[in-house]
Amino acid sequence: MKPEHASDVALRCAGLHRSLGQGAARVHVLKGVSFEAHRGQVYAIVGPSGCGKSTLLYLLGLLDLPDQGEIWIDGRLMSNSRDAERTAARGEHIGFVFQFHFLMMEFTALENVMMPMRKLGRLGPEEMNARARHLLGEVGLGDKTHRLGTQLSGGEQQRVAIARALANQPSIILADEPTGNLDVRNSAIVFDLLTRLAKENGQAVILVTHNPDIANRCDHRRPMRDGVFV
Amino acid sequence: MSPNIRIALRFLTAKKSAMLMSLSCIVLGVGLFIVTQATTSGFKSYFIKTILGTDGAVRIQDKMQSSMQTIAAGGADSPFEIQVQNGRKYIDGIDYPVQLESMLRTFPNVSAVSEVLHGQATIRSSFMDDTIQVYGIHLDDHLRVSDLGSQIVEGSLLDFRTNPDLALLGREMADRLQLKIGDSFQLQAADVIHRYKVGAIYETGIEDVDRIRLYLNMEEARSLLKKPTGASYLQVNLIDKDRADQDAGWMEQVLQHSVASWQYREKTWLQVFTALSVSTVITVSVFTLIAALAMFNTLAMIVMEKTKDIAILRSMGYTREDISRIFLWQAAIVLAIGSVAGCLLGFGVTYAVSQMPLQIRGIFATNHFIVEYNIWHYVGAVATAVVMVMVASLLPSRRAARLEPGDIIRGTAQ
Repeated sequence: MKPEHASDVALRCAGLHRSLGQGAARVHVLKGVSFEAHRGQVYAIVGPSGCGKSTLLYLLGLLDLPDQGEIWIDGRLMSNSRDAERTAARGEHIGFVFQFHFLMMEFTALENVMMPMRKLGRLGPEEMNARARHLLGEVGLGDKTHRLGTQLSGGEQQRVAIARALANQPSIILADEPTGNLDVRNSAIVFDLLTRLAKENGQAVILVTHNPDIANRCDHRRPMRDGVFV
Repeated sequence: MSPNIRIALRFLTAKKSAMLMSLSCIVLGVGLFIVTQATTSGFKSYFIKTILGTDGAVRIQDKMQSSMQTIAAGGADSPFEIQVQNGRKYIDGIDYPVQLESMLRTFPNVSAVSEVLHGQATIRSSFMDDTIQVYGIHLDDHLRVSDLGSQIVEGSLLDFRTNPDLALLGREMADRLQLKIGDSFQLQAADVIHRYKVGAIYETGIEDVDRIRLYLNMEEARSLLKKPTGASYLQVNLIDKDRADQDAGWMEQVLQHSVASWQYREKTWLQVFTALSVSTVITVSVFTLIAALAMFNTLAMIVMEKTKDIAILRSMGYTREDISRIFLWQAAIVLAIGSVAGCLLGFGVTYAVSQMPLQIRGIFATNHFIVEYNIWHYVGAVATAVVMVMVASLLPSRRAARLEPGDIIRGTAQ
């Protein structure tokens, strides 16, 4: 079944099930989750630890495979696709921001932002460089482009991660506790950046958060409990 | 530069000391492989050159005769008899050397033939008597099938060519009998005694030759040994000496004489050199094996340390093949640097070894280490390192490629 208003819907999932663990320790984490994200909208998935928020996010980001259910990215069914197709879709349509920044520490801020562009290969070297500088300027790190990951503070690293997530102009930004490791001031900066840039570019932002202030500032708030939206 | 190589280069710095250990082992493995092969094949080549220069590529001697046997069916009185070949019989020497020479010259690989007559004699100098072997040769023919010209260490062949009273003595024989150029001595074979002078002294480096072999002009040898016709053997030079074995088989069939190639004559020594070469390859390959194990260990550690980076790369669209290549590139980069440095080290040490003094007499004569610069030693060393290191790198690179980004981020990657 193809979703309605495919052009407006960046991401859609239906009836997602996922169990984690082995043998007796196996837990049914997601129990038939359905969800839809529209371009230019910011969604907060909230809920207690272990309710399945992050598991859902990784499934939506095609980093994991559902046991059951379907996922459409930009109108294309991806849940049953091969690893190579899911990998290509991640590079082209999805940007990730993780709680622990996950910058590649041997590389400078500029190189980290250029990393997804180099793989996608849409732009030439000069264009990639210019876009990475522009994005770092947008997140307020225009003067720190040549600093290694280790030479940046936690807040700065997360801003580089946001710039990197936006590098290939994806239609979906998935953020797992993007402010979870930051102080209040930096949390506000990072959230504002993420939502502003995403809205400017018409991207759907889905973020998992425990922070009620952040969740309340999103366009949509989707609470989860025991593997289902409530 | 591809993104994978760029990342591989940067990851290399993550485990500098471990990578340097792998690099050092590759350099040592490649370098020592080259040095040991250069020396063993250097000595082998020099040995082959010496024996070819002394006894030629092929030696033809002893006429072959098929021996037949009669089998009578139904008892001794039966009229039914069949003859069966019972093997070969060899008759010493060559009765018609000139005819055999002309037949030999029809073989396309034959470049020269020399008729040789030899027999035992007693040499008497003012110092002592000794038993030796007299070799009668036509000098110009023999120079075309041997390195006798370049083996002369004292005196001149010019005088020997024109003066039948002159003889060529081996270095050891001359030293033992305390004979110098121009000294007189007697040769006795059976009841014939002739007096000669030392015309020149040669040195092949082969102790058995230099101690007992004395050359005379052919007519003098015939007179001394009382062999007015025939020859003991024909020494043959070939254009392609490596084909001596095949040519010998062919000649034996056509000429009906026993024919021995240099490979057959010197089989024992050649096998010794081959065994030495193989054993040194095995020994020095241990270094390359250690390099491979070190590379395996280093890459396995990097994979473990870089799991989050792998997850990031996978989340950005890098494929499993990209991840695998990133780790294989790391091995390839270290391997390339190690191979180049190893080849340079090998070349340098080979040159240094070639300058080392080393006096050897017995199977050849040399006063320094003999080495052979051969591109195939370098190719072999690098190929061994490439196979071992890349095979060892496959496992960690595949493990990295198999990691699931979701598991890594969730923290459950094994």
